Amino acid sequence: MKSVRSSLMKVSTKAPTGIAGIDEITGGGLPQGRTTLLVGGPGSGKTVLALQFLVHGARECKEPGIFVAFEESSKRIVANAESFGWKLAELQRKKLFFMDIQPMPDLVQSGDFDFGGMLAALEAKSNEIKARRIVFDALDVILTLLPDEAARRREIYRLHEWLLARELTGLITLKAGEEYISARSQSPFGFMRFMVDCTVILNHSVILGVSQRNLRIQKYRGSSFDEDELPFVIGKNGFEVAFAHTPIRVDAKVTSERISSGVERLDTMLGGGYYRGASVLITGFSGTAKTTLSGAFADAACQRGERTLFVSFDSDGSEVIRNLASVGIRLDRYVKNGCLSMISARTITGSAETFLARIKTLAKEHRARCLVIDPVSTWSKSGNALTARSVAERLIDWAKADGTTLVCTSLLDEMSSQSESSSSLQISKIADTWIHLNYLLQAGERNRGLSIIKSRGTAHSNQVRELILSDSGVTLADTYTAGGEVLMGALRWQKERADRVANEVNEVAAKLKRVKLDAEEAELEVRVKSLQTELLAKQVEKELLVRTTESRKGEISQGLTRMEELRGADATKPDRK
Amino acid sequence: MEPMQQSRIGSEIAMNPLVMFKFRLYVAGDAPNSAQALANLTALCRAHLTDRHEIEIVDVFREPKRALTDGIFMTPTLVKLAPSPVRMIVGTLSQTQILLDAFGLESDAP
Repeated sequence: MKSVRSSLMKVSTKAPTGIAGIDEITGGGLPQGRTTLLVGGPGSGKTVLALQFLVHGARECKEPGIFVAFEESSKRIVANAESFGWKLAELQRKKLFFMDIQPMPDLVQSGDFDFGGMLAALEAKSNEIKARRIVFDALDVILTLLPDEAARRREIYRLHEWLLARELTGLITLKAGEEYISARSQSPFGFMRFMVDCTVILNHSVILGVSQRNLRIQKYRGSSFDEDELPFVIGKNGFEVAFAHTPIRVDAKVTSERISSGVERLDTMLGGGYYRGASVLITGFSGTAKTTLSGAFADAACQRGERTLFVSFDSDGSEVIRNLASVGIRLDRYVKNGCLSMISARTITGSAETFLARIKTLAKEHRARCLVIDPVSTWSKSGNALTARSVAERLIDWAKADGTTLVCTSLLDEMSSQSESSSSLQISKIADTWIHLNYLLQAGERNRGLSIIKSRGTAHSNQVRELILSDSGVTLADTYTAGGEVLMGALRWQKERADRVANEVNEVAAKLKRVKLDAEEAELEVRVKSLQTELLAKQVEKELLVRTTESRKGEISQGLTRMEELRGADATKPDRK
Repeated sequence: MEPMQQSRIGSEIAMNPLVMFKFRLYVAGDAPNSAQALANLTALCRAHLTDRHEIEIVDVFREPKRALTDGIFMTPTLVKLAPSPVRMIVGTLSQTQILLDAFGLESDAP
């Protein structure tokens, strides 16, 4: 059989969809030359996915395509797709053909029929434009016109054979609700799943009031694939599937460049600042100056002339600017010169997935090198906490791959345990630097304390510092430890004052002692001098004495000799003994 | 569905024995459904529209471009071109009553 031979020949080739995420999880795209079934409920994004598949093929892969529209008219599909910026009009001339096969409402049906006419027309068209890809959108519409189950099977089979024989990459979309996905029901199109080589299921559900779209590949013959249900969004540029472990991550540029956190002493504590491309998490209860700290970072980034995106979930952009101006962080000038873009994310509604996609797009549009998200913990509140966590992970992955320095704050719930580990999204595990802000309640005061819990690849201070906000900006103060407690605020001030007083007393005492010693020294010196003089006098006296004694001796001996001479004494001297 | 009023006017014209019926039947080669449709149509015309019908047969396999331009995708498809209004009937044309209603003809057996 023709089809068997062709499927043996084409095993590993894949038709890329150009959709972020799908190509990754399928290892390259949909099975080339085979048929893929795309199932989903109303509004689940089937048509968008199918059309994007054709557009990518026509534009990037030199594979012209035919879109067979059974339900929506091609005009409406083209109009709807305009917002994605795919420029369908220019493709439509040669590489993309729309075929409208919407059954007329007044169509009379009598007895059995087949798709012979459609396939003949498709044959002619696909030969003309050398189509390689073909989409049958909402095939169920026409299948339900067939009188019985046997006829449906026969026509599906006919269609499938036709596609295989021509080695066209087919994508058939079907409307189906939960019952199809739960796979219990055999009819109406159960057997189609067994026939096709790949089945993709789109699912649109609402979790805790938040819309959540998911995509799952149910089967893929002859290929490994990611079997999990993955969230996706239909964003500005079309379909986008959330896929955490993008291979780009491996190539993430790692630098040892340091960039300022905006607070000088914090830079010192971190050994020079944040790493470029790092993900920084600032946690703390509300009012612990998380926004201020991230504002300082944005300020520093703009001063360096780096384009920055500041996404605020709490308040309006202008409010943030006003509030930060009160502590000497003036961001308005950077907004004016276009360096800083303030986004109030309260205008974005939807799942965490939507937030991520929007932020990515905004960052791309703004060409941001630094990104602030304040606070990221809002995500965990919008719908599914489980997916919100993976969104945070993907946010960091993406920022890393992109080389964007990311600062995000996370609000700790006051009601939850006071421990620092209760960061709701568990980003703390994957963030590079984690700064924790908290209140220290002492002597009737609340003071802000800053500590660095971790900072990968950086020697960092282990000390809790006091964060002081003033008109002139943000500073960190040394803290005093006394009796095993860190002193802050007024207590610190008291301690500082006490230290000053003690210092003064000490200084005076020392001065006094020196004066005293000087006096004693002087006295001793005087005494030494008088003694020296006395000594000199004594020496003179002694010399005099020696001299007189000697002259007297001489005198005496001379006198004796004279006397002997006078007495005429014997020449020999008498024995004097 | 067409409003009753229009259908009755159509019916009056259709019942006029001088009015010529023009049909075009799109078939997919000699596929069973197509062959059956042709047989059914011929039988119906012989019974109800004796000497006042024309049948044109278009084979979409031979003229795929024509199927494309005429917007014929299901085979067999019968198009009643005259008298107006133009009607399109898909299938093997096996239910005579449905066809007669669609053509604005009243059945002989009341």
